[in-house]
Amino acid sequence: MALLQISEPGKSLAPHQRRIAVGIDLGTTNSLVAIVRDALPKVLPDEQGRELLPSVIRYLPDGRTQAGFEALDSVVIDPKNTIVSVKRFMGRGLVDVEHLENAPYDFVDEPGMLKLRTVAGDKSPIEVSAEILARLRQLAEDSVSDEIVGAVITVPAYFDDAQRQATKDAAKLAGIAVLRLLNEPTAAAIAYGLDNGSEGVYAVYDLGGGTFDISILRMSRGVFEVLSTGGDTALGGDDFDHRLYCWVIEQAKLPPLSIQDHRALLQCCKNAKEHLSHSPLARVHQTLSDGTVVNVGISQAQFFEMTQTLVAKTLVSCRKALRDAGLKAEDVKGVVMVGGSTRMPNVQRAVGELFGTQPLNNLNPDQVVALGAAMQADLLAGNQSKDDEWLLLDVIPLSLGIETMGGLVEKIIPRNTPIPVARAQDFTTFKDGQTALAITVVQGERELVQDCRSLGKFELRGIPPMAAGAARIRVTFQVDADGLLSVSAMEQGSGVQASINIKPSYGLTDAEITRMLQDGFASAKEDLLSRSLREEQVNAQRLLDAVQTALNSDRGLLSEQEQAAVDQEMATLERILKEETDSAVLRKAVDHAAKATDEFAQKRMNASIQKALAGKNVAEI
Amino acid sequence: MVVANLSASDNYFQFFGLNQQFKIDLSALDQAYLAIQKEVHPDRHARGSDMDQRLAMQMATFANTALQTLKNPIQRGLYLCGLHGVDAKLETNTAMPAAFLMQQMEWRESLDDYANDLAALEVLMTEVEQSKQIILSEIAQAIDVDSSYEKAAELLRGLLFIDKFAAELDDAISALV
Repeated sequence: MALLQISEPGKSLAPHQRRIAVGIDLGTTNSLVAIVRDALPKVLPDEQGRELLPSVIRYLPDGRTQAGFEALDSVVIDPKNTIVSVKRFMGRGLVDVEHLENAPYDFVDEPGMLKLRTVAGDKSPIEVSAEILARLRQLAEDSVSDEIVGAVITVPAYFDDAQRQATKDAAKLAGIAVLRLLNEPTAAAIAYGLDNGSEGVYAVYDLGGGTFDISILRMSRGVFEVLSTGGDTALGGDDFDHRLYCWVIEQAKLPPLSIQDHRALLQCCKNAKEHLSHSPLARVHQTLSDGTVVNVGISQAQFFEMTQTLVAKTLVSCRKALRDAGLKAEDVKGVVMVGGSTRMPNVQRAVGELFGTQPLNNLNPDQVVALGAAMQADLLAGNQSKDDEWLLLDVIPLSLGIETMGGLVEKIIPRNTPIPVARAQDFTTFKDGQTALAITVVQGERELVQDCRSLGKFELRGIPPMAAGAARIRVTFQVDADGLLSVSAMEQGSGVQASINIKPSYGLTDAEITRMLQDGFASAKEDLLSRSLREEQVNAQRLLDAVQTALNSDRGLLSEQEQAAVDQEMATLERILKEETDSAVLRKAVDHAAKATDEFAQKRMNASIQKALAGKNVAEI
Repeated sequence: MVVANLSASDNYFQFFGLNQQFKIDLSALDQAYLAIQKEVHPDRHARGSDMDQRLAMQMATFANTALQTLKNPIQRGLYLCGLHGVDAKLETNTAMPAAFLMQQMEWRESLDDYANDLAALEVLMTEVEQSKQIILSEIAQAIDVDSSYEKAAELLRGLLFIDKFAAELDDAISALV
């Protein structure tokens, strides 16, 4: 009788095993984590059944933090140490943030990205976001009891490179492997489109707490193709609250308020705004710290009038996006409404009028982004059967360019170009014997450098000395599927790879991340060494899984000798993975095994392209 | 660094399995593009090894570049000229036939004169589009029938002017809509 094979508990890695990946909507006001279970995406509630985690972090003097609902009450009593809407500061310097004077924090100006001074020290928006992400990760781990292989984290489609990089850094800090940064409207389109089997051109109108996005997509037979995207990363529900707040101050003839009173009254205005979404009248009623009673009534009509310019601003972006897509409003079959702020009836009406169609509200606007992210995470983790897989083709939201003489911008990659994308540009030297040059990369739509956002200065060194103008340095700008830029350079004549010294004007160096990990929350739970070993183990396992999957389907691409070599490499790596506790040694083994299988990977990629076109005979059509 | 082996298919037409000519079936191009992206897109390799992911990004990037080039008739024409060793010299060669320049000047004057007249601008747009279509069929004749790439390059230079003007006209129209 055959013996049953049973693997050691926790060690089994059957190829059919389901890998758990989560979708995270890291919002300005609220954040959510969702997961696909039994083929359906579902938002994970906390132990009290609440699905939204307020994006609020409070720093306590001893360095501990409170998050979400626990921190929400301190918004009024401890405003300087209780950070709300931190998303607005991601990847932003002091000069970039509008209405900074309305925020109650002590800002610290740092090159590239501002910091917030708290009782627990100066905190980068990345660190604050990482605290929120860590809570969501915990929530997910508690509810699935299994290991999570990674996450899809959503960002506003209109986020620039700095804001995206900051989000990815925050995930790294929170110990989350990012499978993909996914644009929020695209995530919503996935959730909506797959749910309804939609075909045709759709718009996604996403007005959140602090950001606005509009995306135009074509959906057809399992393909989501973003045609254009637009928006404003500093326009959201917060601005509607603020309009109402200013109006109340004027009506009640209030003097400048203390930070606490400001926060309390602002919260009161927010509540009134939400009330006005379903009733014609609301009242702002608040007793201030000096005993003054504020009591102002407001009608829906008044509120709509004072916020009309904000709504109009979103419509301008919509028209621009339509134009970029080469479409007219009537070409759009439906408009999917996303974000809590789309509950406002004036927003609904304006969007309906512009597109000449009743907006689609059949999904919960607070959840749809997280649900779409969970579906994409499930797909990326490899849990969908080949027939059910869908393909997502997204675009870069803002043009990338470089600074030329006189502070002008030369566009290299125009906005709405499908990603991943690469463009090469040749540069030459200005002086005899020049061995280095600096390139400033900017992102934005304006002609002048000062009106665009600088992403960083790239210094090319090691150019062989030549006469002025003789060197031909080809600089390649690559934007990956996350919408993130990387730059490489090569001297064409000599083939010398110029070394690139990237000085980002934002974001974190690896050293900074290490430091934050050391003095941050993460070190409390696991020390750095075990964390880096864990990371290498994950890498090793990922390589083993990837090669196993590849062998299962394409073993035939290799000669018997090559097969034996690959099998040997994998067996060695598997053994080292089991025994090794030194992350550096394990990393070396992974690198070695990866090199040995690189050619196999290349053969498979080329074969897959042949296969894609085989039998199609498109040339004969 | 290992790069994807594109030597067999680094010609954009071959890459998509299309005949190398100016007149192409755009829906066949789209289909071939999607078939390839379904295999190579980085989302298909998110759990792959680092090399898988790097190759996927390179191939998907190549597919995007190839699509953008072939989809746009001006880019497609310039690419075909380049494949036959004809450089359109867009930066240096601005010589145009006198009749062509006259027409350009007339159009620009009309744009200035009727900057606020939506109906007039739309009539002008129709005219511009028509002359664009005429030049496109001339390019198709030059490349696909006569194999005259110098002629095609000259036509393409003119088409670039028209395209630029059409973009300005479109800006003016959308400012009024």
